[in-house]
Amino acid sequence: MTVPMSVPSERRGKCEIALVVNGRRENVRVYPMERLLDVLRHELNLTGAKEGCGEGECGSCSVLMNGELVNSCLIPALQAADAEITTIEGLAAESQLSALQSAFLECGGAQCGICTPGMILAARHLLNKNPEPNSDEIREALSGNLCRCTGYVQIVEAVAQAARHRSSE
Amino acid sequence: MRSDPADYELIAPGKLQTVVQLLAEEPGKWLPIAGGTDIMVQYSAGKLPARKLVSIWNLPELRTVEISPNEITIGAACTYTQLREHNIIASEFPMLASAARWTGGIANQNRGTLGGNIVNASPAADSLPALLAYEAELILLSIRGERRVPYLGFHTGYKKMNLAPDELIRAIGLRRQFSGYLHYARKVGARNAQAISKVCIAALGRLRRHNGLDAVGNMIEGVRIAVGSVAPIPIRLTDVERTVTGKSIEPELVQLARKAAAAAIQPIDDIRSTARYRAAVTGNLVAEFLQQLRDQGKTA
Amino acid sequence: MSDQRIIGKSVPRKEGRDKVTGAARYIDDMTLPGMLYGATVRSQIPRGIIKKISFARQFDWGEFVVVTAKDIPGKNCIALIGDDQPCLADGKIDHPEEPIVLLAHADPHLLRKAVDAVTIECEPLPAIFTMEESEARTEIIWGTDNTFKTFLISKGDVDSVWCTADFIVEGEYTTGAQEQLYIENNGVIAAFDPQQGITVWGSLQCPYYVHKALMVLCALKEDKVRVVQMETGGAFGGKEDYPSIIAGHAALLAMKSARPVKIIYDRTEDMTATTKRHPSRTRHRTAVSKDGKILGGEIDFTIDGGAYATLSSVVLSRGTIHAGGPYYWPNVRIRGKAVATNMPPHGAFRGFGAPQSLFAMERHMDRIAQTVGLSPVEIRRRNFLQPGQTTTTEQTIREEIDLSKLLDRALELSNYTAKKKRFAQENQTGPMKKGIGIATFLHGAGFTGSGERYLASVVGVDGCADGTVRVLVSSTEFGQGTNTVLCQIAAEALDLPYDDVRIAQPDTNQVPNSGPTVASRTAMVVGNLVRSAALGIKQALIADGLLSDKYSPEEFRAACKHHIAKRGVLRSIARYDPPPGVFWDDEKYRGEAYATFAWAVYVAEVAVDLSTYSATVKDFVALQEVGKVLHPILAKGQIIGGVAQGIGFAIYEKVVWQNGRMHNGQMTNYIMPTSADLPKIRVFFEELGNVHGAYGAKGIGELPMDGPAPAIVNAIEDALGARFDSIPLLPEDIFETVFADGVR
Repeated sequence: MTVPMSVPSERRGKCEIALVVNGRRENVRVYPMERLLDVLRHELNLTGAKEGCGEGECGSCSVLMNGELVNSCLIPALQAADAEITTIEGLAAESQLSALQSAFLECGGAQCGICTPGMILAARHLLNKNPEPNSDEIREALSGNLCRCTGYVQIVEAVAQAARHRSSE
Repeated sequence: MRSDPADYELIAPGKLQTVVQLLAEEPGKWLPIAGGTDIMVQYSAGKLPARKLVSIWNLPELRTVEISPNEITIGAACTYTQLREHNIIASEFPMLASAARWTGGIANQNRGTLGGNIVNASPAADSLPALLAYEAELILLSIRGERRVPYLGFHTGYKKMNLAPDELIRAIGLRRQFSGYLHYARKVGARNAQAISKVCIAALGRLRRHNGLDAVGNMIEGVRIAVGSVAPIPIRLTDVERTVTGKSIEPELVQLARKAAAAAIQPIDDIRSTARYRAAVTGNLVAEFLQQLRDQGKTA
Repeated sequence: MSDQRIIGKSVPRKEGRDKVTGAARYIDDMTLPGMLYGATVRSQIPRGIIKKISFARQFDWGEFVVVTAKDIPGKNCIALIGDDQPCLADGKIDHPEEPIVLLAHADPHLLRKAVDAVTIECEPLPAIFTMEESEARTEIIWGTDNTFKTFLISKGDVDSVWCTADFIVEGEYTTGAQEQLYIENNGVIAAFDPQQGITVWGSLQCPYYVHKALMVLCALKEDKVRVVQMETGGAFGGKEDYPSIIAGHAALLAMKSARPVKIIYDRTEDMTATTKRHPSRTRHRTAVSKDGKILGGEIDFTIDGGAYATLSSVVLSRGTIHAGGPYYWPNVRIRGKAVATNMPPHGAFRGFGAPQSLFAMERHMDRIAQTVGLSPVEIRRRNFLQPGQTTTTEQTIREEIDLSKLLDRALELSNYTAKKKRFAQENQTGPMKKGIGIATFLHGAGFTGSGERYLASVVGVDGCADGTVRVLVSSTEFGQGTNTVLCQIAAEALDLPYDDVRIAQPDTNQVPNSGPTVASRTAMVVGNLVRSAALGIKQALIADGLLSDKYSPEEFRAACKHHIAKRGVLRSIARYDPPPGVFWDDEKYRGEAYATFAWAVYVAEVAVDLSTYSATVKDFVALQEVGKVLHPILAKGQIIGGVAQGIGFAIYEKVVWQNGRMHNGQMTNYIMPTSADLPKIRVFFEELGNVHGAYGAKGIGELPMDGPAPAIVNAIEDALGARFDSIPLLPEDIFETVFADGVR
């Protein structure tokens, strides 16, 4: 029995897509209907975005696309052409954690961590638009990111702490 | 992920005219995809029948909101976030802004579009009752030009609509004529966010002053009540509207309105809820609308 | 002890940084060269005989790895407790989604199509889906009588109390299935090498459970099976025994193809094919005196185990033992029973039987209160266990727990009395009805009875050449902070900086078997062993003359380096030693069921919207006595997260069954609470210590699952004045129970 080593790459239908990911120009050759999530994880080896549901409900695949929070499992690669994508890997400058990342660590905002990349990006998106959110606003902004471990309280505390930290900078 | 990307074609011509041309050349063969928040879910589940898709995401002609003195025209590919953040929509068409806020989470609001909501035609779609209540008009575009149709009657049955195979929705028109009205909208879902509605209502109404006095006896006028998730398509409760128009809001009238509402809807049992629950809640929300209208009269 | 440097402090998590940077590697983030993807062909019917397996012609099946039951080198079973569950169905089907054929291919998309191209022709047999149908025994689907297990707890003389009772209160309470819904689906990678054997990496709680199952399935010796736990995105019991199945599948494909094989479930497969919380039905009949004292009673506790025995006997055990709650029963008869149905086997989920029987007990206490004419607070106060009294299994409460005082504190924190009064007033008008309810309960930590003795856990601690210390356990981290807490304990024991202590990845080649990561035993039981093993390092260095009894971290590091340079290794092993005076009789089901109990009082405030019949939790107070809080932020996080799952259990999460298969197996249709649905859950601790736990800790992981559902339903009853005896309690159910007839 022979099992082929890999899938032939010269299939009709792939296209070249250029995008900027975490500030870096990238070029990928993928099917236009490849999900952005899979492009990030498999083509670019950025495994921070996760697949929790494949239906845009859990938010663990969320990334920023042109500054807007989106569920990357619902975006065809072609629609991300020329977009600027920020993933969790892009958030820490060098080895220094961002205010949000530090706050999540200090407040217990991450338990198992699987929802954390998407959750932090959702929080980043919120703070970009609303630098001093109250706790209802935080909860609304994060309501598309499901967390099964924390019950959200310590996540909300983390976001509030990061907001205070950023506003005092 | 239950579909193979290799089995699908997706093109992004980048120009609306090119898309229109394509739909004319191969009617019914290309499925327009805007934000993809419905199509991509079906795709991921292995349940998307279409194999050829044409992207209408981010076409400038479809994402603008035009303001004129009497009307606003919302591009069909405007996202829910755009609707929420637009100050005229938020102030003059608050039920549409609420519906946008109640759809999915932030990530889905950044990608989901009003036109997509209409064309996907889920009976539970959140924005559609508001469009019915606001008496929206749709501007449909094809190679043959544009035609304007009332949104009422656009849906002819479950997932069937008055849209030719080579047509797409270019914009949604709303007349700016609802100031002074009570705008009442509620979505009832299984949780406070990211829920498909079990019942969804959008209602407008105002009270005619009787001899300029704001006393008991104010009569209802201009009432429009639209409900989703209780029939194969979103519906106006025209019998309820007729029942209450010109009357003053007393408990007996509210009872009549409830009865008329129950008779007008065809809710079902499904994975989310039951027919009996939906019927009861619809009646409650109609009653609540009328009570708020009456209370508005008292405090005005 | 206030002079502890690390215990009791919220030190930075060892595993924390990787999680917030995206560096944490979960199983789907890993690939191996030459790796294939694996998938499972599953039954579409609940019960039947397999007649024929056909492979559609348009595929070149030669390209695929195909595995069926006949390819199994060892025994076709998932070795756990009984061996009745096959790894792959062989000739017969006993539940929907039962695995039958395994496929592997390099192209995951083609693989998906291939799964749909395998047809299983069956002759259906009558299937049963409820406990009642199972008990009726018109269809026997398991053993001789559809019964996996029974237990009987008997104390005093129940039959004598009925005639002396002023009241006899009866009730039947049911709970539905609940999906664990970890955000990371089940996944593994298996690789096979003829010399080294099988290696499996996976998202899992219990590496040695998988190890044992693979030995049996693949007919491999213990040193030819290696299991490695990857970063695990939530588990809650759903990855306790299930991983043995998915690992077995990947291993069989890897053995047949000599290629690494990755199997990752998507959400629908995970929800429909894997374990859930056991549905339950509890019947209470209680003899009560006119001053509200429980004189005695009978409790019938039945759980639905699904098609195979798996863990049902253990879930039943815990549920049965907890069925009497934190109350004194002078006489009681508790019958526990686990029955078979044609559903995918149910399994472990946080609480493990206790949330089910405690739901019933706490609802029943409110029922007793109403019948006798006392408040829910007073009825509990009058029946609380006191130190020196015995539980239903005749375990003497030896610690100085004062449940009445705990109750008072919870009532104060929640402003219970004032709110109850105010709500009664406000409920007379307005579209919202508010209510407040309580639940008082206990949770035994560690394995039941002789379980810990049977586990015989082993822990290691290594001194390393660089002077740091490394903890060796098979206990896994999946959000609860295992790595952090165990390192805290070792650091405290050795008087070293927290940063000088590391913990090894759970890899059965590297770490001893410290038992499964379940039963809220990790901090308490395993932590205690870590402490012993750590002290063993110190003893060894002292014995070697390299260290004196008091030392600085620098001196310790130097001693470590020196020892290793001389002897090559510095390893201390600690083995579980059953505490003296703890006796459990497995025959009579009597004695010290648990080394210790944690105690709690929860208060839930709800608002019910009369226009939509929806209940929302507006405020929640969780007060518990937990021995010792080892890490405040982690402990608080465990309680809040458990309460959130309990709120879901009560009013949001419903598994919709259709012919034994979960019909709503999508996140869109299985409703767990979002951040917009939950209140700020407020957590408070008391610490009485625990002689059996590391630094006085008791287990806390599962405790918070027991209280929320009954507290919430008690609150909803308070708001509406109607009885609800079943969860999940959805708006549709509230409507039908209270309002349906009255709808105008």
